[in-house]
This record gives sequence, structure tokens and C-alpha cells, in this order.
Amino acid sequence: MNVTGPTLPITRRSLLRATALGAAALTLPGFAGRANAQAPVKVAAIYTVPVEQQWVSRIHTAATAAVTRGEIEYVFSESTANGDYERVMREYSEAGHDLIIGEAFAVEQAARQVAADYPDKAFLLGSSFKPSEDTPNFAVFDNYIQDASYLSGIVAGALTKTGNIGMVGGFPIPEVNRLMRAFMAGAKEVKPDITFQVAFIGSWFDPPKAKETAFAQIDAGADLLYAERFGVSDAAQEKGILAVGNVIDTQSDYPETVAASALWHFEPTLDAAIAKVKAGTFTAEDYGVYSFMKEGGCTLAPLGTFEGKVPAAAMKLVAEKEAAIKAGTFVVEINDQEPKSN
Amino acid sequence: MDAIDILLTGSFWVAVIRIASPLIFATMGELICERAGVLNLGIEGIMTVGAFTGWLTVYLGGDLWLGVAIAALAGVAFGLLHGLLTVPLGLSQHVTGIGITLLATSLTYFTYRVALPEVTSPPKIEPFQPFPLPGLSGIPIVGPALFNQTPLTYLAFVLVAVVAWILTRTPVGIALRAVGENPAAVEAQGISVTAVRMGAVAVGSACMAVGGAFLTMSAFNSFFFEMINGRGWVCIALVVFGSWRPGKALLGAVLFAAFDAYQVRLQQVTGGAIPYQVFLMLPYVLSILALIVVARRASYPKALMAPYQKGER
Repeated sequence: MNVTGPTLPITRRSLLRATALGAAALTLPGFAGRANAQAPVKVAAIYTVPVEQQWVSRIHTAATAAVTRGEIEYVFSESTANGDYERVMREYSEAGHDLIIGEAFAVEQAARQVAADYPDKAFLLGSSFKPSEDTPNFAVFDNYIQDASYLSGIVAGALTKTGNIGMVGGFPIPEVNRLMRAFMAGAKEVKPDITFQVAFIGSWFDPPKAKETAFAQIDAGADLLYAERFGVSDAAQEKGILAVGNVIDTQSDYPETVAASALWHFEPTLDAAIAKVKAGTFTAEDYGVYSFMKEGGCTLAPLGTFEGKVPAAAMKLVAEKEAAIKAGTFVVEINDQEPKSN
Repeated sequence: MDAIDILLTGSFWVAVIRIASPLIFATMGELICERAGVLNLGIEGIMTVGAFTGWLTVYLGGDLWLGVAIAALAGVAFGLLHGLLTVPLGLSQHVTGIGITLLATSLTYFTYRVALPEVTSPPKIEPFQPFPLPGLSGIPIVGPALFNQTPLTYLAFVLVAVVAWILTRTPVGIALRAVGENPAAVEAQGISVTAVRMGAVAVGSACMAVGGAFLTMSAFNSFFFEMINGRGWVCIALVVFGSWRPGKALLGAVLFAAFDAYQVRLQQVTGGAIPYQVFLMLPYVLSILALIVVARRASYPKALMAPYQKGER
């Protein structure tokens, strides 16, 4: 019996030819990018965590906005293990991306080595260290939003009734410590004898554990929580107490719970880097300053549902301090030391 | 608050049972596998799968209990894969188990990203709420701890009783224990060792997956990458701690949870004088000490990790 039917348009030979052409095209990725100086900057991002993570989500949001404006082309790798980080950096460098952003916290040496090996690429990486003259194309940034954290601390100090604030963090790394310290300084501005309970859960992604830790702090008398991790605001919501957010604004999820948030805006940092890459003036700078309040790198989130619930005196103090920070007459201390319970 | 006073507060014991619940599910799952002679190191990955599928089902509009069922089925699927590789094919149970964990975890993250490409903060569901058992929840300390929990926690305790009853009182349980001790003797009775072991791994994996689902559907309300955070590995140790007995394994899970709930509270008492890492380490250190004391006299299943080939002597 002769079986007939529709034949597939793909033959073995045409498949091989297409594969070979594709492979050839892949080896020539750089030629398009250099053709036109006004072409969008090709940006590649490498994250060690998913883009849902608070810190990374701010970078991802800023990059996505730049794509919408047509300024950059943007690709990213998320959840890249630190052991793979260097390899992915090299792959993007080889693939012809102009600007590589990401986080070098756990891979400082390797990341700087990659930058040294690709001197014509621009690297802008989150780092706890400073830029070095050895790698003029390796700039650093971090969320230096202590200005906003300080203001959120003032709100917290005014809202706590028991004078007992619980703080749950992931790990006591400089980025976390700095914001906790600024928050504590702001709260003490209002209530000097405030009690802080500080705990770290030893993980970035364990909301159930963060929640349990927050419950423990509520049991021990906290009536306001500093929500550094996912899970803390949930505990506050369940127990009917308040929380102050950090880096991102989660008030829409917890309208009765999150009173204030210190927001990080990565846009000034990224826009400065894009402009410098376009102008060919990208150097080893510390982009941390672009997260300062006077650069628009951080703000205190609008009070939203808490409009009118924060004492007027506190909001007056917030406004005064904000003006002073922007004018440069008041500087929030940058303190990277691990905060402790008192 | 004093270090001893903590132990007398009701909320402490509520936290203990809450932390123990996912561990109880997964420990029972591992215990079932191991009593049948199959070590299942896929536990960490299977818990991740359960956490994700259960949550996703509810997120897509399913009922909470449907979510639990889907999680269990996803667990069965990975259990059968582990069983296929280790029972009929007789591959190394260690290597296969680690492989299953890596595969299940990565596949979960991949599916998550494909299903939710554009989110910046993980979507939430309405999780199981505490369901106070009438009358019983009013008893001081014990009441809120044991009888004012979510339905999944009650299910965890029921599961222990059921597993204990099946293992000791039913023909299925006797066959299951026998394939873990002396598979040749079971074969001589005309019972298929392969079938019993495959069944045990499938059911055990379902329990692990429900343990994972507890985290996203009861303890919390959304799914995060890496949120299992080593809980599966703890359960492997709890099975040893429990000498492969359901009751003792339950005790181990509660003990571990108590250490964990205690350390977070203790962190606050000492006021930062001791580095926080010491406290985080505490449950694990105490568990190892307990393991040393208890496991010396433990009698493990004699055919654990020994593949069985029919007719081979």
C-alpha cells in the first residue's frame, strides 16, 4: 500500500544549510552594533537572583524604561550562580554588548579581571568596593538610599507607640546595614530612647522564615517592623501592626500596613552611564552618588493610604530634612557597620 | 523577655508547630521511600515542585485543595522518574536523587518564568487560614499551638498516624517494610519488589511535594525561587533521627522546629552580644548532637540503597 500525505517542507539538506547559516551569523554579532553611533546602546545585565528580588527589580525597571525610550537594547540573565558569573560576563563581552551591568558583590576579583580583559567595554556593577585605576572601564554603584531611609525612619519613629521597632534583614552586608543604620538614626531623631530588635535570617529568599522572625519580634513587643525582606510586611499585616518598606513600594499590597517606604530609583545611575557610553567618556567612577536624594536616586514614597495618619510634626520634620539633604546642608551618615539590637 | 519565659508563651508553640508542618510532610515522604529501600535525595527539588505547582494552581483560579492535589500529583511524577531510574534500572540512588533535585528545581524556575514573564514582585494567593477546632482550641498553650492551625497542619499530623498504621498494621505496610529489609523474601512470596518500591517512592514523593506546597499555600502566600532553602535536607536527617519510625520522626521534626523558633526569639534576648550566625546555626548543631545520641542505636532498613535485580543472588 502506498501511503501519501502532506510532506514537510524541511529536508535534511535544507535543515543542514539553515543550521550552518545560523551558526555563521552567530559568529558575527559585533558588526551591526558599531555601524551607527546613534544606534541604541547594547546593554546586558547579569543578576545573581531573579528579577523579582527587590534590589534587582529596580535595575530591571530602569533598564526596561530605557528600552521603551529607545535608548538601549537590553538583554539579561537572572539567577546566575556566582560560580558562573565570570563566564556569563565574558560571553556578553564577546557577544558585542557595549555596557554590562550587574552585581559584583561576591565576584569582585573575577569581575575586575573580565573588565581588564575587555578594555573597550563598559562595566557598571553593584559593588561594596571602590573603582580602581587598574580597570578604567569598571565603574561601581550601589543603592545608597540612606537619605530616603533616614526620612522613613522619622515616620517610623513618629508612628511607633511602644517605642519598639523590629528589623529583619537577609545578611548584614554594607548595602543592608547602611539603610538600617540610616533608618534607625531617623527614628531616634523623633524618639531618642527607641528599642530596636535586629535579626538576620541568613537567606535572601525565605519569606516563611522572615515572617516567623517578624512574628517573634512582634511577640517581644515590636509594634512597627522595618521590612527589608519579603514576608515581614505579611507578619505585620496578620498581627495588625505597621511596617516601613525599603527599596520598593509595596503599599498597594498592604494598604493598611505599609506606612512609608524608602524607594530606590536606578534611573539616574543608568541614564548617566548610558550618556557616558554614548559620549565615549565612561570611566571608573563611583556611581553610588546617583542614588542620593539630590540626584533623584531615592525618594520617600508618597504616604498614600497613610495620608493624614502620620503626625503633622513628623511630616514637617521630614520636609525640613528633605530640603536640607537636597540643599546639601544636612548629610545622612553612611554607616556600614552591622546594626545590633539594643 | 527571659530565655526560659519564651518556652512558656503560647505564640512560641504556635510557631513551633507551624515551622514543623512542612518538615513533617516531607519527613514522612522520605521515610516511606527509605523504608522501601530507596533513598530519595530528590526531596529538595520535589518540595520546590510542590511549592510551585500548588501555588500556581490556586493563582490560576483553582481551589486550595485542588492545589494540594496537583502538587501531590507533580510529586508523584517526579517520584516515578526517580523510581524508574533507581528501581528497575538500579542506578545509584545518590546520583539520581541529586539529579532529580537539580532537574526539578531548574524546571520549576523555567516554568515560573515562562508562565510569569513580566512580574516584578511575585503574585499572591489567598492561602489556607487557621481553622480553630471547636472546644479544643480554648485550652491554654496546647490549644492554640495544636488546634488553631491551618487545615494542612492537621493533615500533617493525620498523615503521621496513617503512615504509622499502614506500616505496622496492613499487608501493604508489611510488604513495603519487607522490600526494604529483604527483597528476595518478598519476591519469593510472589510480590513484585519493583511494584512495591515504585509505589512507595511515588507516594513518598507526593508527601514531599505537599510539604513544599505548605510553604506557599499556608506558611506564606506566594512562590519564591530558592524558598525551600535546605528544608529537604533537614528532613533526610530527621528520618535518621527518627530511626525510620514515623512517631520518632514526628518528634524530631517538632524538636527541630522548636530549636528554630527558639533561636529567633533568643536573638532578641541577648541584645546583639552574640553574632546572629550562632543562632541561625543553633537548630542544626543541636540536631547533629541529637542525631549522635539517638542514631547510635538506630536500625536502618537493611536493603536501603541496595538495588534489587530479580533472580540475582
